[in-house]
Amino acid sequence: MSIPAPSSASAVDVRGVSRVFRTGKGQSVTALDDVSLTVAAGQFVSLIGPSGCGKSTLLRLIADLDTPTGGEIHVFGKTARQARLNQAYGIAFQSAGLLPWRTVAANIELPLHLHNVPRARRAERVRELIELVGLADFAASFPDQLSGGMQQRVAIARSLAESPGLLLMDEPFGALDEMTRERMQAELVRISAETGAAVVFVTHSIPEAVFLSDRVVVMSPRPGRIRAIVDVSLGEVRGELLREEAGFFAAVTEVREALHLDQAAPARGMDLR
Amino acid sequence: MRATIRSNLRAVLPPVLLGLLSLAAWQALVVLADIQPYLLPAPTAIATQLGLVMPVLVPALIATGTNALLGLVAGSVIAIVGALIASRLWIVDELVTPVVAAIAVVPIVALAPVLTTMFGATSETPRRVIVAIVVFVPVFVNTLRGLRQVLPVHRDLMRAYNASNWQLSRTVTIPGALPYVFTGLNIASSLAVISAIVAEYFGGLQNGLGSRITSAAANSAYPRAWAYVFGAILLGVLFYATTLAIERAVSRRPGR
Repeated sequence: MSIPAPSSASAVDVRGVSRVFRTGKGQSVTALDDVSLTVAAGQFVSLIGPSGCGKSTLLRLIADLDTPTGGEIHVFGKTARQARLNQAYGIAFQSAGLLPWRTVAANIELPLHLHNVPRARRAERVRELIELVGLADFAASFPDQLSGGMQQRVAIARSLAESPGLLLMDEPFGALDEMTRERMQAELVRISAETGAAVVFVTHSIPEAVFLSDRVVVMSPRPGRIRAIVDVSLGEVRGELLREEAGFFAAVTEVREALHLDQAAPARGMDLR
Repeated sequence: MRATIRSNLRAVLPPVLLGLLSLAAWQALVVLADIQPYLLPAPTAIATQLGLVMPVLVPALIATGTNALLGLVAGSVIAIVGALIASRLWIVDELVTPVVAAIAVVPIVALAPVLTTMFGATSETPRRVIVAIVVFVPVFVNTLRGLRQVLPVHRDLMRAYNASNWQLSRTVTIPGALPYVFTGLNIASSLAVISAIVAEYFGGLQNGLGSRITSAAANSAYPRAWAYVFGAILLGVLFYATTLAIERAVSRRPGR
């Protein structure tokens, strides 16, 4: 079950982490080079950068879905592996990854089911989560009856099932249309505030990163490094009007300039929406 | 309610009409062109024979059907268990795959006489073994393919949940493989009936549909042979429809 974060320990502590992929024939690609990053408990941090900057790799290393070739990662003061074994985080990917033969409720229930949570408590938790993501009418539906945005909400509910102190999200809204995307962002802001979980959020989109985050980590590719960390101080309450405020635009501009430090044209693979 | 009846009717009516029209055309052809029964008997002659041989046809259907069913079940169970093991242990996979390829090309005509001699002419066993061997290949190959279809995102998810190998199999791999298993079983169900009938052509007990067809043909009783062929078609359809019905019942989606 979830381990509440001790207020002293940070949610994520990445120290001097590198990840080198061997591509065979003595060649190698450095996906991450000496990256250090700290995410405080309850903090919302976005990783942004062009394709191939290693932001997804960094997320996978924090999740212990992959192992660094150098450096150390701690999650709530424990090694990444131990944190995974203790189920210290919830995770959501770009594709919702729902099991098509399970109903919405059964999909959300999956992690609880795997960890032998008693049936009554499971049912209660699923009811709460379905309510939280606004899918109460669809508990008995199957994933292929839902829109992409609804599927992603199910995936988010599933990632929250065990009330983790840390949420890892790898471009969860990447495949959604702009309008759905903005609505999902607003919901995520609300959910992360309600649950008090720290979030590490990988994205391509500058406005998305700014709207959601307390801090935006700007990364550069080949080798993947942290180029800048932009503090976004837009306050706790983030409504739709925030997108039209001067502070929002200022932060967007700051992130954009950090991304394009070394070039006039937008970086390849960058999403300027 | 009325709408579903109408749509069912619309789905069923055209093929039934086509069948009836073909039968009428067949009858007309035989009568008008004066075709001899040894070339092509008329549908009415076959129907008459069907009525006459019914007391023999039913036990023959049961005998052949039992062989096909037992062979189908045994072959499928072995194939599914084998595929489960092969998907987990690469060494088994490497050992079994060439053997399966070898089994796939074994002709029934070559195997049937050998097995009949092996088990004796009064045994049903050789036929069941033949059915099991024929059925094994499509079920094994399709099941194994299905078991290998795990999406990377599901693999990552289950690793994030620290799920055991057994939990991964039970919640992701096996349910995901089910449609593939049924693809294999659908092919196997028709093959089972065909091979059970063909196996009877090579001696042994004279109680099944295959033996009845050969002996009727040997006696130049062509309409009777056709009546048994009709019985064989019924048996094949029964097997196929049953597998399909099981597939519908097992796939949890209503209306699918």
